[in-house]
Amino acid sequence: MSHVTLQLKVNPILCDGYGQCAELIPELIELDEWGYPIVPREPVGRRFEPDARRAVRMCPRLALSLESVR
Amino acid sequence: MSVMPAPERAPVRSRLLGAHDGPLPRRLNARERELLLAEVEASGLRGRGGAGFPTAVKLATVAKSGAAVVVANGTEGEPASWKDKVLLSTNPNLVVDGAFAAAQLVRARAVIFTVGRMHTGVRRALERALGERDDDVEVYLESAPDRFVAGEESALVNWLNGHDARPTIHRPFQKGFDGKPTLVQNVETLANLGLVARYGARWFREAGTEDEPGTVLVTVHGAVRQPGVVEVELGTPIRDVLQRFGGLTALPQALLIGGYFGTWVRAHDAIDLPLTNAALAPLGASLGARTIVVLPQGACGLEESVRVARYLAQESAGQCGPCVFGLPAMAEALERLDVDRLRRLTPQVSGRGACAHPTGATRFIASAVNVFADEIQRHRSGRCSGRSHLPVLPVGASTEWR
Repeated sequence: MSHVTLQLKVNPILCDGYGQCAELIPELIELDEWGYPIVPREPVGRRFEPDARRAVRMCPRLALSLESVR
Repeated sequence: MSVMPAPERAPVRSRLLGAHDGPLPRRLNARERELLLAEVEASGLRGRGGAGFPTAVKLATVAKSGAAVVVANGTEGEPASWKDKVLLSTNPNLVVDGAFAAAQLVRARAVIFTVGRMHTGVRRALERALGERDDDVEVYLESAPDRFVAGEESALVNWLNGHDARPTIHRPFQKGFDGKPTLVQNVETLANLGLVARYGARWFREAGTEDEPGTVLVTVHGAVRQPGVVEVELGTPIRDVLQRFGGLTALPQALLIGGYFGTWVRAHDAIDLPLTNAALAPLGASLGARTIVVLPQGACGLEESVRVARYLAQESAGQCGPCVFGLPAMAEALERLDVDRLRRLTPQVSGRGACAHPTGATRFIASAVNVFADEIQRHRSGRCSGRSHLPVLPVGASTEWR
């Protein structure tokens, strides 16, 4: 069975640039000069999946999500 | 044996703006719907609102889920574009034909026609046309705010749902009017659909090129004798297109192709190319909604671009951080001739909004930096090649979101 790969997505309308996600997973997310997260286009590797899930749960604006890609 | 040149076919110039007898036959049964959808696919028609998505694919996608409504998008919020207003004023019945055909194809009960609020004459023309019809479909006519992003399809649907005319992250074909699948289609696309329904795909393809068939409406501003809107075949040399506007009034310096989400190109690079996306692609340009601005020698392209960049920043819907902060920063960097700063800003802004606004504005600014590089140098030493400082590019004035 193949592993479902997951990708981080930001809803840019909801995001207010709190920047918590970048603190939780600096390996994946960097902030632009105004503090808004730049998420990778590549799928989140298994290693970072738990951290990514935590970042999604902790986003104060519920703007971050993990979506499955084929 | 002598080789005769092929007889020259007269160019087609009056389909969308020409007369067509009577309304289309009204009801299509399931079989006829299928045939029409196949005909649209065979025609190769692509959306005429700017994005150029294949119309048959969009229709088939929405038809699968069954749309609640069709939204005929005639809002045309881009201040440099007039083609939808001219089409609706000249030939509203053709748009209505196409909208009703689309409603049948996607099994929608209602059609909502939308126009820009300021353009009351356009609304009256459409009202008159609708008053003469008795088709079996609910019809609404709404006047939307005249703002740049208000015609973006999710923004338009958001406004129709009673909110601001600001984009959302929802795709109308999945979640649109009243939360139901909605087909939003530009009015020029619908007029073409009306023509395909009437005359078929083969006829449609008699104009244009193999890959980019049909005729299009083109709006031209700037250094031409009669600025306005004409209909031309796709593939017409740009020089001939400009002739249709009475010809040039000055030596052209640069062309802005595709409006304010479009691309500046050097006039001598583009003027002998055919009007197709394929021909413009090597210049990094595309037709968009086919707005062309001819910038004459003696105007300052940098000054013009700064003004439009400021306008685009002000037209941000104010929702996505990279657009809210990025576009004013880019406009300012352009004005201050800070090309390095612009290079750093571009990846932080492009592609980072809910809609295409930051991406389109970034494309426009990047092309200005490229095409007006010499002008930027001149400004750095306190000079400017602008002799007349009358604005060439128009900007909008509306401040309404509801």
